[in-house]
Amino acid sequence: MDAEKLQAQFHRTLSVASAAFQKVPGSSVLTRYIQSSYQNDPVRSAIELILVLFFVRYLLSPSYSTDKQNYVKLTEDEIDELVDDWVPEPLVAEQTALEALENERIPVIVGPTGPKSKLSNGRTVTNLASYNFYNFNANEQIKEKAVQILRTYGVGPCGPPQFYGTQDVHVKAEADIAAYLGTERCIVYAQAFSTISSVIPSFCKRGDIIVADRAVNFSIRKGLEASRSVVKWFDHGDMDNLDAIMSSVAKEQAKAKRLTRRFIVTEGLFETVGDASDLPKLIELKEKHKFRLILDETWSFGVLGRTGRGLTEAQNVDPQQVDMIIGSLAGPLCAGGGFCAGAKDVVEHQRITSTAYTYSAALPAMLAVTASETVNLLQSNPEILNQCRENIKAMRAQLDPRSDWVICTSVPENPVMLLVLKPEVVQARKLGVEDQERILMDCVEEALANGVLITRLKTRPFAYAMKSPGSSSSAQPALKVCITTALSKKDIEKAGTTIRHAITKVMTRKTTSKSA
Amino acid sequence: MPGSEKLRERRPSSSKGNRLTQFFSSSPKSADNTQQALFAMQQHHLQQQHSSAPTSGISSSTVSLPTISLSTAIAENNTIDLPATKTLFEPKTAEEAERQKRADAQFGPLNHPSHLWTSKSHGRPLAAPVEDDPPQSALYTTYISYLILILIGHIRDFFGKRFGDKKRYNSLKAQNGYAPLNDDFDNFYTRRLKVRLNDCFARVATGVPGRYITLLDRESDDFNHSYRYTGTTTETLNMSSYNYLGFAQSEGPCADAVEECVRRYGITTCSPRGDAGTTDLALEVEREVANFVGKPSAMIFSMGYVTNASSFPALVSKGCLIISDELNHASIRVGARMSGAMIRSFAHNDVRSLEKVLREAISQGQPRTHRPWKKILVVVEGLYSMEGTMCDLPGVLALKRKYKFALFVDEAHSIGALGPRGRGVCDYFGVDPAEVDILMGTLTKSFGANGGYIAADKHIVDKLRATNSATQLGETPSPCVLMQILASLKMITGELCPGQGEERLQRIAFNSRYLRLGLKRLGYIVYGHDDSPIIPVMLYHPAKIPAFSHHMLNRQISVVVVGYPATPLITSRARFCVSSAHNKEDLDRLLRACDEVADEMNIKYSSGIAGGLDDLDPKYDCPIEDELAFRRSKKLIYPPRWSVEDVIERGARDAKLPLR
Repeated sequence: MDAEKLQAQFHRTLSVASAAFQKVPGSSVLTRYIQSSYQNDPVRSAIELILVLFFVRYLLSPSYSTDKQNYVKLTEDEIDELVDDWVPEPLVAEQTALEALENERIPVIVGPTGPKSKLSNGRTVTNLASYNFYNFNANEQIKEKAVQILRTYGVGPCGPPQFYGTQDVHVKAEADIAAYLGTERCIVYAQAFSTISSVIPSFCKRGDIIVADRAVNFSIRKGLEASRSVVKWFDHGDMDNLDAIMSSVAKEQAKAKRLTRRFIVTEGLFETVGDASDLPKLIELKEKHKFRLILDETWSFGVLGRTGRGLTEAQNVDPQQVDMIIGSLAGPLCAGGGFCAGAKDVVEHQRITSTAYTYSAALPAMLAVTASETVNLLQSNPEILNQCRENIKAMRAQLDPRSDWVICTSVPENPVMLLVLKPEVVQARKLGVEDQERILMDCVEEALANGVLITRLKTRPFAYAMKSPGSSSSAQPALKVCITTALSKKDIEKAGTTIRHAITKVMTRKTTSKSA
Repeated sequence: MPGSEKLRERRPSSSKGNRLTQFFSSSPKSADNTQQALFAMQQHHLQQQHSSAPTSGISSSTVSLPTISLSTAIAENNTIDLPATKTLFEPKTAEEAERQKRADAQFGPLNHPSHLWTSKSHGRPLAAPVEDDPPQSALYTTYISYLILILIGHIRDFFGKRFGDKKRYNSLKAQNGYAPLNDDFDNFYTRRLKVRLNDCFARVATGVPGRYITLLDRESDDFNHSYRYTGTTTETLNMSSYNYLGFAQSEGPCADAVEECVRRYGITTCSPRGDAGTTDLALEVEREVANFVGKPSAMIFSMGYVTNASSFPALVSKGCLIISDELNHASIRVGARMSGAMIRSFAHNDVRSLEKVLREAISQGQPRTHRPWKKILVVVEGLYSMEGTMCDLPGVLALKRKYKFALFVDEAHSIGALGPRGRGVCDYFGVDPAEVDILMGTLTKSFGANGGYIAADKHIVDKLRATNSATQLGETPSPCVLMQILASLKMITGELCPGQGEERLQRIAFNSRYLRLGLKRLGYIVYGHDDSPIIPVMLYHPAKIPAFSHHMLNRQISVVVVGYPATPLITSRARFCVSSAHNKEDLDRLLRACDEVADEMNIKYSSGIAGGLDDLDPKYDCPIEDELAFRRSKKLIYPPRWSVEDVIERGARDAKLPLR
């Protein structure tokens, strides 16, 4: 009974379907074709049908393989058992002794940052650890302006730049920096540290080629990593090596008839070494081999050149020849955030594709205005840079040739003086990286005990990221002494003597303890 | 009289300076003492001001409220104080009125004391919000719109590259031996689709992004490639800024504290935390943040994005697994990618999908080697910024107990905005924060400052301090930002200006529910959970994205519109961010505008299954909580299309009922 009913229903549906099919234009042609081909060659029709089915399946299947290789089928009970057995590692490892010591020794400043800072233990020390080279932080005019901005803009812009976070003060800061540097445009980020890590991947994509200096800093390395481009390293400051690598890349690509974007990534003043790049040579090479140049001026902007415009001014290079100049507003400029300056296309492209810009809140208005102000101050008041250089000279005189233990790797204009242990000392005592770290840590502690706050280059925790294939060691541990104009030459000399004595004391103490 | 009193109240910001600097110069012994003292001083000072005010004979405990009147207008909303001021004092002077107007533009006065609500879980397990679908025709036309856009884009590219303006196409073509700077394909969307709506993005603002936001007017003569600023400004109702608790203010206790701080500390510390950037102020903020979120220890960063981007590499590495919600924020994705760990994702907010991924991950182990995973870190957000959904924290925690993974909750949007005490999702669900391993959040949004924090157990934070790159190498938050955080935190907890913080929390909770219900009743398709202050309404068609934004701007309301790739291609939307600074009047204005615009643009798509329905006929006896299920079973669902006046009239009462 039911079967009959079902059959009747089936026939009904079939007739409805065929009626509907006949209504479709061209259906009769199709039917005729199939009928005739079936009569002629039923095998062919079958093959065609299979082909059609296969084609449909192929169209619908994803373009990558979905069958999980190595997948072990388990029953629910087995999975439960495995879940019960699984013991994860603790979320973070134990602190190492060195880390704990370091955490403990971090100086806590009470009150404002200045040439003389008060620490939480009540002592006032000479502060040679902050990037407060020109002491803009104590400038009353800037403070007054900041308060004025606070009273019109509040503190935070409460939104990312694309969603009403851009304020007129940001636009002005961008224009001011671009005008100061002499580039077409500029884009301001909310943090200097993440600027270059975000600029690099917004231009360099998978398959592109980047040639980078072996000594580049951590942020750049993070950017290189995020870009997924092919990274080739040249020896630090070695332009011949760079030339060789670039020409081999150019040749390879010419041979393969393949043109990708090619970049050179390097720093103006190197964070980990303190020396400067040879920009005219870089420009020459870049033009010769058709590379683009990404120059990180985080440590040279506001420092090098007659008015602090950075490496381009110091070495007389047209800033428009550098494709991207990245700099910091948080260091000597005493504001906050970073920037990338370049041509219009370069800058506007970042506004949507650079993650640190798009997905982060804008810079607080007060800091943007401070950046504008300090840029103006540097322009109108370039003597301050000379004053700073005088102080650097005074400090250097106390340390570099006079100390038996350390040399300064920074260039003479760099207010961040990096002091590393002399190679002969390192060799004679067979000091590993860790030993050097400990010695320098003691030096910092000793100097602090004598009223001078200095610091060290912090690269050890990131040593894993700082290595580049082909070079054996990461950056050498160094002491960091930051010069400021707020101290008189005499004070600087006094501080220099203190540092020198501290180093001597630690080094000689080490010897005695070793020999004992 | 009130004028002179207000003026006197304004003075402390400058006179306080002397007292404080005197205080500080007498060599403070410990950092926390100083900071606590700073606030004790402030409060003490404020109270002094009042007890010495000759006009009011009320006890000092009640007068602590009027101090803030000039900035936040709380005093005005206070029903007890309001009549007193009106009957006792002369009308306001012009200057006073002007100042009040400015303060109101940043933080609106409360219209009625009933417009408050406590943001709190109602005890039932969090159900996923019902997502309404638009009619099929809308879907098809949306796809067709994109198809046309893409076709036209390619045609224009084809001819443009050959015959068009060289300047515009230069960056796409190889020239003088340089490869094009941008891939043609990569930025097709930007050039051909986004440029058409560029006008809706990056509108330049000026002044405080509070209740109102002032935009610089601009025009484009070349289809959004460049703008000409007309020199005029427009004050618009701000439905766009992440100003949840209304702390974007240029006056009031927070701004006073910040001014004081700038004068004392300067603008910056010029140094990373690891060198010489650790100040007493930073430590105090970290302690306060830790207390606030209920964790033993916390660390702060100068940027929210970096908080995520730099923390994952410090937590997980190769051999670890990150299981991430598919709609997590870009900063999480960047951080996770940089960490070197494997990444899997699960369906948005779907606990069952998470469990499935977990079971497979744990039982299968690492790919190829089948070694067990070293650690599994599940990453969810407290409140999703594009969807308005809250994470199902109790559900995830139940899984955590069974599967032993570590849990990272990103509270970028939820901190301050959710929970009866404003302490985020844990507070909302009444969950002990100790159950979550790592609580991350931003200080940009609810606190009106900038930066982010990570709160966890002490040993975790200590280790992170040593291994986190942004702490060791990146800049420290500026002292003014730190002070804003500290002051706003203390206001929320009630240590500073008691009562104000609580009111802010209750206002945002009410506003969120009120606006959401209103929009649903008007017929919009609204996404997200009821208590969330992020309210996205669906627009679908690409052409409606700029249209909606312009229509709203014409009515002097600024809104955020979002399309692909921030959302799926089909669900372009507009997003309203509700704030404590709004009052019912503002929301009514928005509702009226939305009603008009929706009729013009035909975007009242809702079918009623997601709520906004009319009252149920009293003949059916059904408790309000089960109403939706009942209606579904009886097919009593029809598209809600309320008149806007009804919405406004009924809204304030109905917003406090379980929403339907």
